[in-house]
Amino acid sequence: MLERVVRLNADYARVIDDDRLEDWPAFFTEKCLYKVTSADNHRRGLEVGVIYADSNGMLRDRVAALREANIYERQTYRHLIGLPAIVGAEAEVTRAETPFLVVRIMRDGTMDLFATGRYLDALVDDGGALRFRERVVVCDSGRFDTLLAIPL
Amino acid sequence: MGEPTRAWPGETLTRVPFWVYQDEANYQTELRRIFEGPTWNYLCLESDVARPGEFRTTFVGEMPVIVVRGQDGAIHAFENRCAHRGALIALDDAGSVKNAFQCVYHAWSYDLRGNLIGIAFEKGSNGRGGMPPEFCKADHGPRKLRTTMLCGLVFGTLAPETPPIEEYLGSEILGRLRRVMRKPVAVLGRFTQALPNNWKLYFENVKDTYHASLLHAFFGTFRITRLTQGGGVLVSPDGAHHASYTIGVPEDAKSAAYREQGIRSELDGFRLADARLLDSVDEFDDGIQLQILTVFPNLVIQQVQNSLAVRQVLPKGLGAMELHWTYIGFADDSPELRQRRLRQANLVGPAGYVSMEDGCVGGFVQRGAVAASDEVSVVNMGGEGTDSMDTRATEASVRGFWKAYRRYMGA
Repeated sequence: MLERVVRLNADYARVIDDDRLEDWPAFFTEKCLYKVTSADNHRRGLEVGVIYADSNGMLRDRVAALREANIYERQTYRHLIGLPAIVGAEAEVTRAETPFLVVRIMRDGTMDLFATGRYLDALVDDGGALRFRERVVVCDSGRFDTLLAIPL
Repeated sequence: MGEPTRAWPGETLTRVPFWVYQDEANYQTELRRIFEGPTWNYLCLESDVARPGEFRTTFVGEMPVIVVRGQDGAIHAFENRCAHRGALIALDDAGSVKNAFQCVYHAWSYDLRGNLIGIAFEKGSNGRGGMPPEFCKADHGPRKLRTTMLCGLVFGTLAPETPPIEEYLGSEILGRLRRVMRKPVAVLGRFTQALPNNWKLYFENVKDTYHASLLHAFFGTFRITRLTQGGGVLVSPDGAHHASYTIGVPEDAKSAAYREQGIRSELDGFRLADARLLDSVDEFDDGIQLQILTVFPNLVIQQVQNSLAVRQVLPKGLGAMELHWTYIGFADDSPELRQRRLRQANLVGPAGYVSMEDGCVGGFVQRGAVAASDEVSVVNMGGEGTDSMDTRATEASVRGFWKAYRRYMGA
């Protein structure tokens, strides 16, 4: 299982960093939760996210909005995803916690350490493919520079 | 090279010189005359300091401030600066103390009103050292703010002459504020957004009803707000505060104003895969889909459908600021309404479908006008005045900002 999760994370990072965002929703099950929050909100049980999607459709809408509606300066990410810790295994659900680090590269070449944190995942085998039923992105900091466009 | 000119182009509010975003001395004057002057600064929610001894730390301009609930139940605020050597007294964003704060540096202590009450080794050790006997603790202490409460919001001011908050806001804006903040709130979460621009560029942006459907294509496409929809802008008589609103009556589907002008926000082919995002309830029973309200100089209260938030504007130097977002609901929200608020939080905040652009557009001005300190920007939509208007194709509330700004600055 560990190897499958590692491979999934590697593919996930490449899809975002290579700007293939249209392929990003396929990492999630149809009914899912993708949320970006901060460690402080998470610890306090505060539910809101800077991004909050509770269906695959909402993920596809996020990508469509980024492509067609939203304005932001050209930028890319470089994800470095650490080794997952398998923290729970229920009947059909594997729970993993994985650290990440994201560098943001702006069009003028400025590189910033944009976000660090951990992915809290609930993974399921969805017709032979491992998918996220839940991916809660818990950023170590609750301070976001300028804006968060591309998903983490 | 002579001294740079720092003059305003006459009395008109329709021209704003770019040096106001670039001049360090002017910025320092703003901190003194506006934030630390006769204005009400939003500090925190009343519920953030619900019980005696609970405190939050925040800022008035750049001045660090402690807000704390006293044993008597009143809310006190004072500068977060030890009277001894100037160190921060409280180091956490929030917490609880029993009866006193103690500075970590030399253990000087303060009661919950900010009075200096204890000096470590005040009488010295073994009869040697210590403070001179004539040293009077009551003469030394951090600056105290006067606080006031309104609809669960805590405001503070350093100036004795600041009028009561109701008078400060004026009846129209007060009514718009009471409309949203009408029940005990529940905090859903907090985020900070660091913006690469002078604080005024954000405050103007929030007051600028003209840009909303033009910059934010998401808004226009889903008819959350368009300039051709019903709505308007209310400006307080002194220009300082505003409330803009959109009435949720669907516009005439044949309205072609945007298309005819070739405006980018018309994206006909764009449809949501999951329309629950915009599935909202008319919780205020008045058909108003969106209301953005500002209280000069640092507060924004937002209702975008069922997404409610309090935004605090904090200057962080000449070309930087922070926006502190507190997403709220009401304590009596049903689980369904709460879920709706969580989904609609996608519309706002650092990653908001309709507010993402506000995070970067101030920086575009800051960078674009960097060599234009002697040039002016044009704020002329809807004429020259600052009166309330029943259209949003106006910059009346931006001019109102400058009217108030110049009065406080004596410019």
